[in-house]
Amino acid sequence: MADLVNKFLPNVVANWEGDNGFVVAIWQTLYMTFVSAFFAGIFGIVLGILLVVTADDGITPNKALYTFLDKLVNLFRSIPFIILLAVIGPFTRLIVGQTIGPTGALVPLVIGTAPFFARQVQLALVEVDHGVIEAAEAIGLSPMKIIFRVYLREGLPELIRSGTLTIISLIGLTAMAGAVGGGGLGNMAISVGYQRFENDVTIVSMLLILVLVFVIQGLGDFAVRKLEH
Amino acid sequence: MAEQNGIIQLKNIDVTFHSEGKTIEAVKDVSINVNKGDVFGVIGYSGAGKSTLVRVINLLQKPTSGTVVVNDQNLTQLSAKDLRKARRNIGMIFQHFNLMNSLTVYGNVDFPLRDSGLSKAERKQKIDKLLDIVGLADRAKNYPSQLSGGQKQRVAIARALANDPEILISDEATSALDPKTTTEILDLLGRLNKELGITIVIITHEMDAIKQVCNRVAVMENGQLIEEGSLLTIFGNPKKQLTKDFVNTSTHIGSVLDEIRDSGIVDKLSGRLIELNYIGDSTNEPIVVELYKRFKVEANILFSNIERLQNTTVGIMLFALTGEDDKVEAAIEYLNSLNVNVKEISLKKEGE
Ligand SMILES: Nc1ncnc2c1ncn2[C@@H]1O[C@H](COP(=O)(O)OP(=O)(O)OP(=O)(O)O)[C@@H](O)[C@H]1O
Ligand SMILES: [Mg+2]
Repeated sequence: MADLVNKFLPNVVANWEGDNGFVVAIWQTLYMTFVSAFFAGIFGIVLGILLVVTADDGITPNKALYTFLDKLVNLFRSIPFIILLAVIGPFTRLIVGQTIGPTGALVPLVIGTAPFFARQVQLALVEVDHGVIEAAEAIGLSPMKIIFRVYLREGLPELIRSGTLTIISLIGLTAMAGAVGGGGLGNMAISVGYQRFENDVTIVSMLLILVLVFVIQGLGDFAVRKLEH
Repeated sequence: MAEQNGIIQLKNIDVTFHSEGKTIEAVKDVSINVNKGDVFGVIGYSGAGKSTLVRVINLLQKPTSGTVVVNDQNLTQLSAKDLRKARRNIGMIFQHFNLMNSLTVYGNVDFPLRDSGLSKAERKQKIDKLLDIVGLADRAKNYPSQLSGGQKQRVAIARALANDPEILISDEATSALDPKTTTEILDLLGRLNKELGITIVIITHEMDAIKQVCNRVAVMENGQLIEEGSLLTIFGNPKKQLTKDFVNTSTHIGSVLDEIRDSGIVDKLSGRLIELNYIGDSTNEPIVVELYKRFKVEANILFSNIERLQNTTVGIMLFALTGEDDKVEAAIEYLNSLNVNVKEISLKKEGE
């Protein structure tokens, strides 16, 4: 077995440990993915909820705020991620003190993902049966309680579905951010595998990313199945 | 107009919607006074403005103008917080049940109780009691998706009753249910009215639902309230055409009339077609016998429908009167002198 690995994946073995090795790269990818998913998740949920409740047929309509948020989300969704990375460099430095490395990638990842997720959250929550919202209003629930007890509760399976989708697309973004200085498996595949013609490194990087995607998809599907009645 | 001291008083309610440049006057200058203990029916065709009107009662729909007084509280003047408190006194059930799919039957009934200040044990006791009232004690652990429409509506009723409301609003609560289930749900509402003294407002487009439980009826057409009165007056003596249509559909007299006209039976009897409406005890036989005894006029009963509404007999009869012209005239006059509504019906088809 060890012989086989050495024979077919020589560069992977050579690049397994060490500061620029696979083990570190895997951790960097996980770190970028989950830390930015956490923050993008919070921003996305808050924005998505605001979009739903301030809409014309929402529970607290507010045309000005809705229009502003709607435009803001559209604007940031329109900027290609790779350009976003460059454009917000100074802002990134201001927040996390550095523009390279996994931590430097966090800010653009969050900004690139949050608007996308906000739309997903909005779509998930407007799907919540309007009649149920009305029933909750008739019962005398405040808007805040309607958000937490009805929207987030009834929309949970759909939210998890969009959360899964968002994390998977976020993994794609971490690879892109990695390639331009963020580290992680994307960086591994490009700056080691591709540029040094070490094809086995590229392929293993890709396989590891796929494994991550499948695990997350599987967990998401499992949670949705558990929650749906 | 009834005395203005009811538990629900809507005064001069207007509701106007502006959508896509169009103005829709969904409710026009409607005033309603519902007394405590009433089962008040609002009937009308789709789009008449019924839902919009009853949603004004708990201010789910803010009226464009008019006042809403419930339990001596002017709801339009309340703060958001006080309004929410006032809403707890007004339960509501809907055509599509509007249950939380993510909660069990138990959870759905518990839903309005979470802010009630009751302990968990007290809540459980209350929920068990409510599920018992609606006959679903054995379904507490099921999810709504595992229930039939009728059962879902029972859960919705239990949920609406959780905060011990004095008023229950039912917006087409039986429209998605089959006739048998409809009857069961209406029976349940009637029981709640009698046993718990809850004032109920029922919206429907079926006269049969009104007949089964309501004591008072309002008829709506194009946003306006066109007729209002006790069930007996509305049913026994409808004034407006729409009201008559609803009553006729429910007594089936409309289709019977068509048949009578098509068959030419009245002409064969060379008679005149008379419709007779009465409320209270007045039976067919004596009238027929009297007519013959007094005027030598034969009355052939072609149709008769007698119902017990709120323990009162409401009857409708169609008969052909045959006899000499002046005798028939005298017979009709005699009928008019009785405590009944008499009306001669043209043998021509409508529109001819
Ligand atoms: N939010 C709204 N915006 C615009 N128009 C509305 C709104 N709600 C109701 N309408 C309009 O108001 C009118 C009355 O509607 P409403 O729902 O009260 O009728 P309804 O008598 O309850 O009918 P149905 O039996 O179909 O439930 C309709 O023309 C409807 O299109
Ligand atoms: Mg309606």
